[in-house]
Amino acid sequence: MTDIARRSLLLSGLGLGALGVLSACGGSDSSSSSTPAASGSAGAGTITIWVDSDRAPVLKSAAAQFKKDVGVTVNLVVKDNSKIVPDFITQVPTGKGPDAIICAHDRLGTLVKNGVVAPLELGDTTDQYQDIAIKAFTYQDKIYGVPYSTENLALIRNTKLAPSAVTSWDAMVAAGRKSGAKYPVLVGMDSVQAASPYNLYPFQASFNAPVFKIGADGAYDGTTLGMGDAAGASFATWLAAQQKAKTLNINISNDIAKTSFVSGQSPFFISGPWNLADIKAKKIPYAIEAIPAAGPQAATPFVGVQGFAMSSKSKNTVATQKFIVEYIGNADIQYKLFEAGQRPPANKEAFEKAKSDKDVAAYGAVGAKGVPMPAVPAMDSVWTDWGNAEAAILSGKSADPAATWQKMVTGLQAKIK
Amino acid sequence: MTKEDFTPPAQREERVHRAQVRFSGGAWSWVIKIVLLGGFDALMVLGLLAAVAKASWVIVAVIAVGTIAVNLIYLPPNRELPGKYLAPGVAFMLIFSVSVMLYTVYVGFTNYGDGHNGSKDDAVLAIQQNNQARVPDSATYKAAVATKNGGGDELWLIVVDPKTGQARAGNNETPLQDASGVTTSSLGAITGADGYTVLDFAAVSTRSSEVSKLAVPLSDKGADGFLHTTTGSQAYVYRSTMAYDEKADTFTDTTGTVYRDSGQGSFVSADGKTIQPGWKVNVGFSNFTAAITNSQVRGPFLKVLVWTFVFAIGSVVSCFALGLILALIFNDSRLRGRRWFRLVMILPYAFPATMMTMVWSGLFNQDFGFINQVLLGGLQVPWLNDGSWAKVAILVVNLWLGFPYQFLVATGALQSLPDDVNEAAEVDGASGWSAFWYIKFPLLMVSLAPLLISTFAFNFNNFNLIYMLTRGGPRFTDTSLDIGSTDILISMVYKVAFGDQGRQYGLGSAFAILIFIIVGVISWIGFRQTRALEDIN
Repeated sequence: MTDIARRSLLLSGLGLGALGVLSACGGSDSSSSSTPAASGSAGAGTITIWVDSDRAPVLKSAAAQFKKDVGVTVNLVVKDNSKIVPDFITQVPTGKGPDAIICAHDRLGTLVKNGVVAPLELGDTTDQYQDIAIKAFTYQDKIYGVPYSTENLALIRNTKLAPSAVTSWDAMVAAGRKSGAKYPVLVGMDSVQAASPYNLYPFQASFNAPVFKIGADGAYDGTTLGMGDAAGASFATWLAAQQKAKTLNINISNDIAKTSFVSGQSPFFISGPWNLADIKAKKIPYAIEAIPAAGPQAATPFVGVQGFAMSSKSKNTVATQKFIVEYIGNADIQYKLFEAGQRPPANKEAFEKAKSDKDVAAYGAVGAKGVPMPAVPAMDSVWTDWGNAEAAILSGKSADPAATWQKMVTGLQAKIK
Repeated sequence: MTKEDFTPPAQREERVHRAQVRFSGGAWSWVIKIVLLGGFDALMVLGLLAAVAKASWVIVAVIAVGTIAVNLIYLPPNRELPGKYLAPGVAFMLIFSVSVMLYTVYVGFTNYGDGHNGSKDDAVLAIQQNNQARVPDSATYKAAVATKNGGGDELWLIVVDPKTGQARAGNNETPLQDASGVTTSSLGAITGADGYTVLDFAAVSTRSSEVSKLAVPLSDKGADGFLHTTTGSQAYVYRSTMAYDEKADTFTDTTGTVYRDSGQGSFVSADGKTIQPGWKVNVGFSNFTAAITNSQVRGPFLKVLVWTFVFAIGSVVSCFALGLILALIFNDSRLRGRRWFRLVMILPYAFPATMMTMVWSGLFNQDFGFINQVLLGGLQVPWLNDGSWAKVAILVVNLWLGFPYQFLVATGALQSLPDDVNEAAEVDGASGWSAFWYIKFPLLMVSLAPLLISTFAFNFNNFNLIYMLTRGGPRFTDTSLDIGSTDILISMVYKVAFGDQGRQYGLGSAFAILIFIIVGVISWIGFRQTRALEDIN
């Protein structure tokens, strides 16, 4: 029995009345298309967008404006953030998925691989957005999303424990030790022995070992890893040294790190903006600064970009594109979205306005120098192997860190080519 | 058996007949029955029509047979009395259990998963969409979607050439030709042209599937590209980088490489390059054989299989042993306050297991956990960071979670044993250990053995514990799959089907079927064995 057969059985059992209503709608659709000149709100149709609960109130006002301007109803469906992308992938092929979704750019590769998103034409509006936001939503030379916010790590410094800024990892550790706090610096690890490639990436980048080689066009080459060779080996050796010196600890989870920082047990904390509320609540005096480099180059964090992508099977591409490109891309809406989520807006004009908040300005400044998190589908398998190798080094189980690292890179290279 | 329970057949038949008369007569019951059945039939006919409209003949057949069966069972009075009670249960079992199993089996024979997500038509459409590139640095055309007066319902695109300012029009078949009499609004939008009726946004929106297919060639030469509009008010010049030949069912890219349907659900070139996305196809037994032939899967799969048995059997034995010992101790009437002890014993059973598992995971933290810090005085036992220790940790936690249940059922079984068993043992000269081992224990096993089998089956698939405590880690280093030392089969299936490494529903379903077979066979053998125990009585 097929999927459809099963679902229909359920439907027939639970309420075919709804089907009747649907088919009635179908009927009126065809009649209105035979009189294309018929205008007014009734004829212009409906588009459906899946959003998360934080963004929904802002989008509601944009949807009302859209309805007033062009007569198309925007049906906003609030869904759990973690469910949006997986459900979208399974529902689009059935023809019952939404016209557009809110999503983070790093899922783009998976969405394209499954053929569920369509490229968007931003026309001449691309320069209204921050470069990194457009770069993030560009996949295989095409733009698949309208970005609305960016998000990245930075260094949060407890200004009471460490009164002056630091410029290198060693200086930071020295200042941390001098402060007399329990931990010189805090980098949270994912729970249960997985290390945290995301939190450690800025330091890895400072050794010039990006995950993927970056091609001439500035995009990631999803088939060639960049973190092997001598650069990767020196990062692995550095990791092992930090494990010995107890500056990095695999058993400090993200939660332990945050709790320790807000209770004043460390002057330095590598964290995203999501922990700021807790830090403010405990009245810790802080400054947000660039992450100090451990290697010869700058420590650039990954930048995550959030945006809206359109379904490849949308039945109303014209209205959907118009709404997400012209309305969500609009500076006012982007600023309102910033107010709802406190993440730096992707729209330049909105970002300038949001800079009055010094935290946003600081995070935005660090992020502007970052690199987008790779969106290639291979990334999913990279995360686990990568974290695994880091965990082996950070738990002191690896006798030869450089060899452990190279083994991971070789294994991954074979898997993603 | 008492006297009242026995009814002679003749009397019983008569009683059934009386019941039939009593419960089926009455005009009201007929009215209610007909209204309910009528409502049900109306819904089914509606469903039937919807299914016919979509030409889903399997659904049509299922609905028709189901409706006829329901009417035959419920309409005639008293004919199919047992059927009336069985029908709803059977229907729900078919819908919620059997169909799900059949679907799992079906998926197990496909390559459904990331990259093979939908139908072939969807894949072809997506490839075409993904391979239309806007010509770099090309100008933006002001555009409007229109119909030609007297030209029927077909859509035309009217544009204003940004270089010359000349208005032009064309459609899918007709390359751009000059148009005249273009009028524009104060905002610069095209509102009309001689011989054309410009559509307003609402009309464009309702016909957007046609608009999205509107590709107007710039000239007779295809290489020049085509104009395409996404919002109805602006158009851009595109070129296709991948051409689909519908007849040959092949894609050809700009360098002339031909991609053919490989039969494995994707378009592949001669030198092995694959275009994404692919689509879902039947792959036969390859998901099942992967467990044995694929070296990346085989090693971990066998290790996981062995650990699953160790874990399930170890958990049953340890929990049962502890539960039984405690039950024996607290069953001794000489013990004071045993009611309170019993209450304390079942506490772990009263907390939600998922939550407690997460608490345990914190307790086991190597540097900060209570167990290393306080109980072991700062010893650095790598509870969750080392494969063997993680296995020990899992067994410890499952003992803590599982023994109260065994304690409860063992207490119940002990209390149901008649006291004369003890006396008889004493008379025969058995006492203490031998009285327990040779007399009580076999009697207990009669009622407890089936529960142990179900405990085994439960632990065999104890996903919550594994996933919440270790997520299966620490990971194996000899495979690229996300599988680790403490993964049991079901957590491995979850990670394969829904994990972070891309979803492979087909492989996951195949593994799920293998688990079903293993658990089914073991339970079957187990229940056969327990029948031998019943002979003791």
